[in-house]
This record gives sequence, structure tokens and C-alpha cells, in this order.
Amino acid sequence: MNSYGSRPAPTASTFELVAWLFMRLSGVLLLILALGHLVIMHLINDIGKINYEFVAGRWSGELGMLWRGYDWLMLILAMLHGVNGMRTILEDYLSPGRRRILVLTVLYVVSFAFLAAGSYVVFSFRRVM
Amino acid sequence: MKVELKIQRFDPVKDQEPHFETYAVDCEPTDRVLDALLQVKGLMDGTLTLRKSCAHGVCGSDGMRINGRNRLACKELIQSQEQPIVVEPMKGFKIVKDLVVDMEPFFEKFRAVKPYLINEDPPPAKERLQSEKQREKFEDATKCILCACCTTSCPTFWADSEFLGPAALVAAQRFIFDSRDQAKEERLDIVGEKEGAWKCRTIFNCTDACPRDIEVTKAIGEIKKEELFRKL
Ligand code: SF4
Ligand code: SF4
Ligand code: FES
Repeated sequence: MNSYGSRPAPTASTFELVAWLFMRLSGVLLLILALGHLVIMHLINDIGKINYEFVAGRWSGELGMLWRGYDWLMLILAMLHGVNGMRTILEDYLSPGRRRILVLTVLYVVSFAFLAAGSYVVFSFRRVM
Repeated sequence: MKVELKIQRFDPVKDQEPHFETYAVDCEPTDRVLDALLQVKGLMDGTLTLRKSCAHGVCGSDGMRINGRNRLACKELIQSQEQPIVVEPMKGFKIVKDLVVDMEPFFEKFRAVKPYLINEDPPPAKERLQSEKQREKFEDATKCILCACCTTSCPTFWADSEFLGPAALVAAQRFIFDSRDQAKEERLDIVGEKEGAWKCRTIFNCTDACPRDIEVTKAIGEIKKEELFRKL
């Protein structure tokens, strides 16, 4: 059955499958979350009312964890969705080699730093009066 | 009617770069672009090089870029083209001469998906039966004539020549969904690789280009779905 000679037989890429599925699911979720965000921040509340007090109050009140979770989910999904999109484009348009590895490394390091900083802020935030 | 053609020429012996040359021919509006090209070759410049065989949209040998879109020259009517009609070789392959490109990498990808029935059972006396419903699943993909119009219209393929490309994926779909075939898993392993179905960005250029009206992007989508559901 094996007719690949000395080459290894192909094995479907589970990573690419998961990445593909993630893009679809996170896309739909982000649409809902971001629309919700837009409605809350710009339609229900007046844009002039939104300041430190507003956000700090929301994050510290009774539903604090829920709002933090909402914002964190948006952060995670948007970052991973965006980074995977960038990875896709870079892998399409940069040929394999040192330059591609370098650019992808920069992308991963920077986005990890953003993710870590964002997550840290979301969960360690204490309101200062 | 007078027809103006702008044809990309390239002679590897003389030219560094491809360039355009303009020709004026006399055609019927209902002639095909191929007729105009053959007029140039027959009456004006015998060195113009192109592939063609059946002249009836069956053999798939005269795929080329006509006014920016991949088409079979033998299927495009003069009257439905804007003038001057710009004719270029398909993009993404090495040009051999003028409108002839080196299709070997294309056929190599085609062969990679094992485009033949694999069934280890001894053949029955008459035939391997299949219901109409089972047949429907891959009917569309059987229409492929390997013209490469789809693959060479795909921006992902232009950027990454390792990409298997829509034509090979259509061939894979044709056997993956064939109830008589027994190598479904192996094929899914082949087209499920990074440079396989996952490289398709659903740009739909291939569907627009296919002269056989195969729903190419849909076929690739079915492969992706099949990859997903066999893992779940
Ligand atoms: S749908 Fe996929 S295969 Fe077709 S042109 Fe777009 S990226 Fe290429
Ligand atoms: S799928 Fe259509 S465009 Fe692609 S090679 Fe087959 S016939 Fe040509
Ligand atoms: S010459 Fe055969 S398809 Fe056009």
C-alpha cells in the first residue's frame, strides 16, 4: 500500500485542522462579543460617561468577575484570532527560511507579551479611589 | 469584424523578459479566441507558440489568461471579450515559450493524491455497483479535464508553489467520496497536510476559472468537513 518510497507517508495536520476550526468558532464568538461590547459601551451608555470610574466600577462590583471574564475572553479570542491570521498570511507570502522564522518569532513574542500583560491587568486589577 | 489581440510573447532563446505584441485579425463575432490566435499563427507569425488539441473544450490543453481571467481559448467567444483581447500564459508556472507553460509540477501534485480507484477486493463479475445517490457525491468532480485554470488562478498558489492547489484537491474529492474506493483515510492524510486543503483560503478564484463549471471551492470545503468529522 505504501508508495512513498523513502519519504515519510503523509499524516494529516491536526494543528492546521484545529487552527481552521478555531478561526471559524472564534470569529462567530467575537462577532457576538464585540457587538455586545459596542451596544453596551456606545448605545446603552453615553460615550461621555465612560471613564476610569465606569470600568473600575464594573470590574469591582458584584458582577465583577463576569465582566472581567467577558473582557478577558474578548482579549484572548481577538489576540489568537489575529495572530493566527497573521501567521497564515506570513506563511503564505514569506518563503520558508531564516526571514520567515525571524518574523514569526517576533510576532509570537510580541503577542505573548500583550496577552500576558492584558491578562495580568484583567485579573489583578484593584480599584483605587 | 476587426479584432485586436495583445499577446504576451516569450522566446527563451532570445528574450530576457516576456513582452506584449499586438496583432489585428479579421474574425466573426462568434469565432472563439482560439480561432483568432490560430489566425495569427497561420497567417502572420508562425513562431507564436500555444497548446491546443480538441478545440471543443474537452481536452483541457489551451488554458490561458484571457483579459485577466483563466479561460480555455476554445470556449471564449470573441464577441464576449473586450478589445484589445489580452492573452497571457497561465500564472505560477515556468513559461516554456509564449503561451506554453511547464505543467509538470501541476501533474506531480495531481499524482500525489493518487487519482485512481483503490479497491483491494477482487473485482465482481460485472461491475462495482453504486447507487445514484452515492454517485452524486462526487459527480461534479468527475468533470475535471485537468486544464489547470483553477490552480493557476489561485492567489495562494501564486504565493506558495508548494500548495497542492484546487485541481489536485478536486481529484482527491472525486475519490474520497466514491463509495467504491477503499483508500479514503490515506487520501485524507495526504490532502489534510499543511500544504493541502488547509492552505485554501476560500477566495473562489478557482470556481470562477473552471471552464467545466465545477464548484471547486465547494469540493475543497467538503474535504475540510470530512477531515474535521473523522477526527471528532
Ligand atoms: S478557493 Fe481555495 S483553492 Fe480556490 S482560489 Fe481560493 S484559495 Fe485557491
Ligand atoms: S477543476 Fe476545472 S479548472 Fe481545475 S483543472 Fe479541473 S477542469 Fe480545469
Ligand atoms: S483545445 Fe481542447 S479544451 Fe481547448
